[in-house]
Amino acid sequence: MLMDLIDDVPEGVNAPEFSVTEISGAIKRVIEGEFGHVRIRGEIGRVSRPRSGHVYLDLKDDRSVISGVIWKGVASRLSTPPEEGMEVVATGRVTTFGGQSKYQIVIEEIKPAGMGALMALLERRKAQLQAEGLFDQDRKRPLPYLPEVIGVVTSPSGAVIRDILHRLRDRFPRKVLIWPVAVQGEKCAREVTGAIEGFNAFERVGALPRPDLIIVARGGGSVEDLWGFNEESVARAAAGSSIPLISAVGHETDTTLIDFVSDKRAPTPTAAAELAVPVRHELLAWIDGLGARMVAALSQGLQRRGQRLADLSRALPRPEALIETPRQHLDVLGDRLGPALMTGVQRRKVALADAAGLLRPSLLQRGLASERRRLETLAVRVHPMLQRNLVGQRDRLSGNVSRLGAIAPHRDLLDRRDRLNGLSARLVDIGQRRIEVLKDRLAAMDRLRETLSYKSTLARGYAVVRSGSEIVTSQKSAKAAPSLEIEFSDGRVTVAGGAPTKAARKASKDPPDQGSLF
Amino acid sequence: MSDTPVDEMSFEDAMRELEQVLGQLERGDVALDDSIRLYERGAALKARCESKLKEAEEKVAAITLDGDGNPTGTKPAEGL
Repeated sequence: MLMDLIDDVPEGVNAPEFSVTEISGAIKRVIEGEFGHVRIRGEIGRVSRPRSGHVYLDLKDDRSVISGVIWKGVASRLSTPPEEGMEVVATGRVTTFGGQSKYQIVIEEIKPAGMGALMALLERRKAQLQAEGLFDQDRKRPLPYLPEVIGVVTSPSGAVIRDILHRLRDRFPRKVLIWPVAVQGEKCAREVTGAIEGFNAFERVGALPRPDLIIVARGGGSVEDLWGFNEESVARAAAGSSIPLISAVGHETDTTLIDFVSDKRAPTPTAAAELAVPVRHELLAWIDGLGARMVAALSQGLQRRGQRLADLSRALPRPEALIETPRQHLDVLGDRLGPALMTGVQRRKVALADAAGLLRPSLLQRGLASERRRLETLAVRVHPMLQRNLVGQRDRLSGNVSRLGAIAPHRDLLDRRDRLNGLSARLVDIGQRRIEVLKDRLAAMDRLRETLSYKSTLARGYAVVRSGSEIVTSQKSAKAAPSLEIEFSDGRVTVAGGAPTKAARKASKDPPDQGSLF
Repeated sequence: MSDTPVDEMSFEDAMRELEQVLGQLERGDVALDDSIRLYERGAALKARCESKLKEAEEKVAAITLDGDGNPTGTKPAEGL
C-alpha cells in the first residue's frame, strides 16, 4: 500500500514529505503487519545474556544475519535454551527499532530444527551429565523389595497409568499415589521435574504418605513427544531423588535422558510395575514353604536327637553286665585259692622229702674219704717238693756265702775302724773339754749361789726355825709344833716345841729328809 | 538375630532373617534349646511376612495441585 502510494506520485510532483519518525513508524507498521508471525530457520550465532534477563542472539545462514531477542519472561519458559551453533526454528515476530534503523525478531519460541539437531543436542547433554558422574552404576540405589507406597509420575488419563495399576493389582496390590503431569509439550519437563522433587519433599510422617518408590512413566511417541524427558532439569531431578526411581518412558527402543540417571529403566510401564513389586501369591507360597521347612527341620532335629539318644541308650551296658565278668573272674580265682595253697605246701613237702632222701651219712663219708684221698696225694707230693726247695735254698745260700767270701771285706773294715778310733778320740777330747767348761760354770754358779743363800745370813747370827718341813715364822705356830728344828750357820739343833713330845720325836726323824731338799 | 522387634521389621528384613533361621535349623548344628528358640523366632518372622502379605490392599489416589503445581491433598482416582 505504501509502495502504491509512492509509485503513484509522479516525478517532480510535490510528494508528501515524511519526517524520519513518520517514515520509521510507517516502515514499522508495514513490517510488523507483514511479519507478525514468522518461523525462521537458522543457526544460532553469538548469544549474549545480560543481567537484565533478556537473551540477545543472532540467527544466521550462510549469507545473512538477523538479530533476535528473547524477552526475560519468555527465556525462562523456553524448553530448549539457545546455544551457539544450534540449528533452530525460531518462532516470533519481526519488529523494527526505529531509533537505530534496525529490525530484529522477537522470539516467542525456539526449538531445535529437525532430528539431527535434536540428537546433537541430546548427545551434548548426555556427555555433560556423564562427565558429572550422574550415570555411574554405583550411584544407583537398589529398589525396595516390597514398597509400601508407590508414587507414579504420569498422565492421570490414558493407558499408561491403567497398565501400571493393572499389573500392580495382579502382582501385589499397593498404595499408589499418582502425581498428574503433562507427558508431552512445553509443560512436560517442568511438571515432571516438579513431581519428582515434590515426592522427595514429602515428610516421612506427614499428611501425604511419602512413597518408597517412584515410577516416571509415559507411553510411546515421537522423539519430539518424548522430548520433555530429555530435558536436563528432569534428568537432574531424577538423579537427585533420594527415593529410588524407575523410568519407563516410551517403548523399549526409545531411550531418553531420564533412563540414564534412573535407578532402574523399565522398557514399558507394565514392566515398571513388575520391577516394582514381587508376585504376592508366589511369596505366600514361598513363605508357606519356608514354614513347612522350618517345622520339618525342627521335628527332624528332635527326631534325630531322639534317635541318637535311643542309640546311645542301647549302647549303654547294664550295670550288672559291667561287674559280671570281674565277678566271674573273682569266683574262678577264689576257687583256685584253697587248692593253690595245698598244692604249694605239697610241692614244698615233696622238695623237702627229696632233699632229705639225699642227706645220708654215707654221703658225708664218701665226701670225707675223697677229701682224705686228695689230702694224702697232696701230702705225698709235699715232701719231695719241700726237699727240692730246701736243696735249692741251700745251694743259693752256699753260693751267696762263697760270693760273700770273695768280696774281701777286711780293708774296708780296717779303714772304718781307723776312722772310728779317730772319731772316738775326738769325742773323748771334746767331752773332756766340755766337762771342764761345765765344771767351771758350775763352780761359778755355786759361788754365786752361796753369796745369795740365806746361809750367809745365818753366819751373821740369824737362825731358821722349822717344824717338820714348814718354816715357822710366828710364835703361834711354834707353840703348836711338837718340835722345832733350829738351823744355825754351822748346823741344826732340834728342840721341843709347844706341843707334846710325841710330835718332837717325829720331828727329830725329819732332818735326814730335809737334807735332800737342797 | 537382629535386634529389631519382629513387629517392626520390613517384609524384606523379616524374609531374610527367616531364611537365615531356616538355614541354621536345617544345618542341625545348633543346640536343642537354641533350635527351639530359633523355631519360635522363625514362626514370628513367618507371621510377620504373612501379615505383610495380607496387607495387600489397593488404594489409588491422585495428588491434587494448586495453581503453582504444589500438592494440596489427594483425591481418589476412579475408573482406573
